[in-house]
Amino acid sequence: MLEAKVKKKLIAIVGKSRFSDTEEQRIVYSYDGTPGFQAEPDAVIRPASTSEVQQIVRLCAEHKVPIVPRGSGTNLCAGTTPTHGGVVMLFTEMNRILEVDMDNLTMTVQPGVTTLEIVNRAESEGLFYPPDPSSMKISTIGGNINENSGGLRGLKYGVTKDYIMGLEFVLANGEVIRTGGKLAKDVAGYDLTKLMIGAEGTLGIITEATLKLVPKPEKKETMLALFPDMESSAKAVSSIIASKIIPATLEFLDQPTLEAVEAFSQIGLPTSAGAVLLMEQDGESHVVYEHMEQMKKICEKEGAISVEKARNESEALALTEARRSALTALARRRPTTMLEDATVPRSRLAEMVRFIESTAKKYNVEICTFGHAGDGNLHPTCMTDVRDEEEMHRVEEAFAEIFARAIELGGTITGEHGVGEMKSPYLAWKLGDAGVEAMKAIKTALDPQNIMNPGKMFAKEARKRITVGGGSSEQVQRTGSV
Amino acid sequence: MSKSNVQEAFKERVDYEELMNCTRCGFCLPSCPTYIQTGGNEASSPRGRIALMRSVVEGRKKPDAEVEAQLNECLGCRACEPACPSGVNYGHLLEQARTVINEHKSYSLPVKVLRKATFDWLFMSHDRMQKLHRLRYMYERTPMQNVMRKSGIFKLFPGETATMERVVPPAVPPSELNEVPEVESAAKPAVKKVAFFRGCLMSTMFAETNESTRFLLKQAGCDIVTPKTQECCGALHAHGGETDKAKMLAKKNIEAFEQAEVDAIVSNAGGCGAGLKEYPFLLRDEPEWADRAKQFSEKSMDISTLLASLALPPMKLDAQLVTYQPSCHLSNVMKERGNVEALLGRIEGVQYVAMREKDQCCGSAGIYNLVQPKMAMKILDKKMSDVKDTKASCIVTSNPGCLLQMKAGVERENLSSEVQAVHIVDLLAQAVKNAETVEV
Ligand SMILES: Cc1cc2nc3c(=O)[nH]c(=O)nc-3n(C[C@H](O)[C@H](O)[C@H](O)COP(=O)(O)OP(=O)(O)OC[C@H]3O[C@@H](n4cnc5c(N)ncnc54)[C@H](O)[C@@H]3O)c2cc1C
Ligand code: SF4
Ligand code: SF4
Repeated sequence: MLEAKVKKKLIAIVGKSRFSDTEEQRIVYSYDGTPGFQAEPDAVIRPASTSEVQQIVRLCAEHKVPIVPRGSGTNLCAGTTPTHGGVVMLFTEMNRILEVDMDNLTMTVQPGVTTLEIVNRAESEGLFYPPDPSSMKISTIGGNINENSGGLRGLKYGVTKDYIMGLEFVLANGEVIRTGGKLAKDVAGYDLTKLMIGAEGTLGIITEATLKLVPKPEKKETMLALFPDMESSAKAVSSIIASKIIPATLEFLDQPTLEAVEAFSQIGLPTSAGAVLLMEQDGESHVVYEHMEQMKKICEKEGAISVEKARNESEALALTEARRSALTALARRRPTTMLEDATVPRSRLAEMVRFIESTAKKYNVEICTFGHAGDGNLHPTCMTDVRDEEEMHRVEEAFAEIFARAIELGGTITGEHGVGEMKSPYLAWKLGDAGVEAMKAIKTALDPQNIMNPGKMFAKEARKRITVGGGSSEQVQRTGSV
Repeated sequence: MSKSNVQEAFKERVDYEELMNCTRCGFCLPSCPTYIQTGGNEASSPRGRIALMRSVVEGRKKPDAEVEAQLNECLGCRACEPACPSGVNYGHLLEQARTVINEHKSYSLPVKVLRKATFDWLFMSHDRMQKLHRLRYMYERTPMQNVMRKSGIFKLFPGETATMERVVPPAVPPSELNEVPEVESAAKPAVKKVAFFRGCLMSTMFAETNESTRFLLKQAGCDIVTPKTQECCGALHAHGGETDKAKMLAKKNIEAFEQAEVDAIVSNAGGCGAGLKEYPFLLRDEPEWADRAKQFSEKSMDISTLLASLALPPMKLDAQLVTYQPSCHLSNVMKERGNVEALLGRIEGVQYVAMREKDQCCGSAGIYNLVQPKMAMKILDKKMSDVKDTKASCIVTSNPGCLLQMKAGVERENLSSEVQAVHIVDLLAQAVKNAETVEV
């Protein structure tokens, strides 16, 4: 519960209609897309301007009230569950596109704009904003920036951080900083823009962002290849990359995922195939044509049962849309869906896929795998039931081994979903203790009272590190410092 | 009755497994009209409403006024269902929750009387619907109507009653209501035998649309049976939490149509059609009805779906732009999409233009526009702005509620001289007749 005087002051800042502490509001802002995590805030507030954000932050700092910034609550790392209560800050009143600058190819937006609106607006101006997380219809740019979200086009075009040119944000002491700008180059001091990207609301509140847009590619083609099993599809991925083609999209789905996706989308996906690869290439027409032909040949050589191009745009769209539904569609199979985000260098993909399969067998749990194969970002997803403690324990063990293996292969515990509360116990596995300490130092310097999204990123207790053999611990250290 | 009893009932009757199927991914949020109109209030979203129901079942929250208000604010349009990759059957959860609340609720006296009149008396009997219709016919033919309109008395009624009173179609002579024969033959060698579900509002207030429906069926080569013993579909009762009455009506209808032995059961109102489709869910606790309900449900379809699959005579109208506001329940519950658009494409002279976000509810939603007028009008205004952008002179609908709502929208925007709203079958019938006269 907020102190009465704090509540009064918050209302004085935003007015009655944009503050609420009813039971209803506390319940509906207690969760996000992460299963098994829930915590209620004391209140919910909707600022409409940077200045209101500043006033709120100052007040909360004065009274040591935690602030949990929240976009659409689709994150998968328990990033917006108010672990220590406090105020959930929403950006539904700061959801405008402020400017599209055709001379500098930039777009300036408020944090509450959805990714889809940005993509559509860019397209309507003949431009292109590539980051496209599967949740793009509803995710906000504030959330995308704070999770540094990736998407289906990540392999060729990079992720959110590659498109953030400048930011405005409010620090925990209420000061506003503007970083970067419509500049291709800027080396004035530390790169605070990048520091804020992926900060998960723990360092400050983003109030405005300037995004980089690129020219819209002339042509795009989409192709689907069926494989008898996961491993042959993973090999095809490695061969495609090794042949120096960087497709715009290179996604894969295993058989159970395929079945679930088809049950939802009903577009005639071949549910009997062991795995499918979804490939897209864009660019100049002749290059697209050539690459598609080459990729087709490679897939066939690696044992594809069939390789077919989408005949038109709506068919292509149906395929990518279907892929985006994978996670939620899988959820239908069992009451709880535990999704992971382990990422390995793409040359180790086949190895990782094999390891996931054998680990699932070893712990007798059901794990389906899909993901951004092209950038080595896998989403092994476990269908289970939180109410079954014994099974949940096995799931946890299995995932711990998968993380450990990913790191040994030179990978990471999370490629794009973030740490939040959920993966905080594993952070040191990837960074080493020194890495975590360095990060904590940054956090303490910028937010000495720990009011910005407390309880996230850094765990009270780290999980004991395990090794599963294969890679040496030296390798862990080496990749950890990159 | 005490709150804890309601809580117990929630636990027993609201399907917890189904609540758990919601992964909270948020994919349904952009499809929900109330989420959008509230400027992104999570509590007004499908994910939020599911969370609230779950909090009641889990004992975190009492089934209090907040919960009830959210369940009432929901349109029941079910646009969240096709958007949900996890296949959460939101509509069923909503109905279960509303039934529990309704059973434990003590309504104020006027509301009680109104509910009783509507659910127990009027919509329980086809006969009474017809009697009421006769009264309305009389009312329109006496100075009463003018006196009432001028007096401004309708302004005292909730929401848009005044606009609604203006836009309902004039009553057809009661004598014509009874003349629907039980068996009719196709206008050409029959290709199908169908049963016609006439619907209680459709057969009275919208009697002309029913005429058009039968005309088209015959033109398309269908022999028609219109079982005399059929009743209201029960959808209104089910959505209003009056499950027992809905079940009773369902059983009567199943019996009435079983005897007809037809290929298809055709309805012309998305709301009713969806009600019929849902009989297996409605009767889920009565295994002895399971098979019969299933057969009934499988046979039932919307008129647009049937006509789109059949050959029709030539159709022609003056050159015009036409747009279409789909019935939510036709799209989201019956899952029959694209047929009205296809039929429009077959009319010479008609050019179909899709409106932006056409799959969003128009705000009519059964009696929603009467009980939640503010939200309904916000939604309608947004819809009308999308309609205007299409520059269409005709808005086609596939459900009587939507038709009235679109007519109300046209009135509100002062567009009645430029834009008309019609039911798809009326437009098709007009096009067939028009083509005939042109040929002669
Ligand atoms: C079905 C599904 C598919 C997904 N697919 C992908 C995918 O393909 N790729 C991917 O990368 N992710 C994916 N995600 C994860 C998630 O959608 C992304 O992390 C997304 O960016 C979150 O956006 P949001 O608006 O929901 O943010 P939230 O979940 O509300 O917040 C995310 C984080 O950002 C912080 N935050 C939000 N706004 C601000 C602000 N203005 N200032 C400071 N901090 C802020 C929050 O505190 C939190 O830490 C998926 C999620 C789901 C449910
Ligand atoms: S789309 Fe389905 S699973 Fe996702 S939040 Fe909505 S109801 Fe829940
Ligand atoms: S039924 Fe309609 S109004 Fe209700 S939650 Fe679903 S989309 Fe929203």
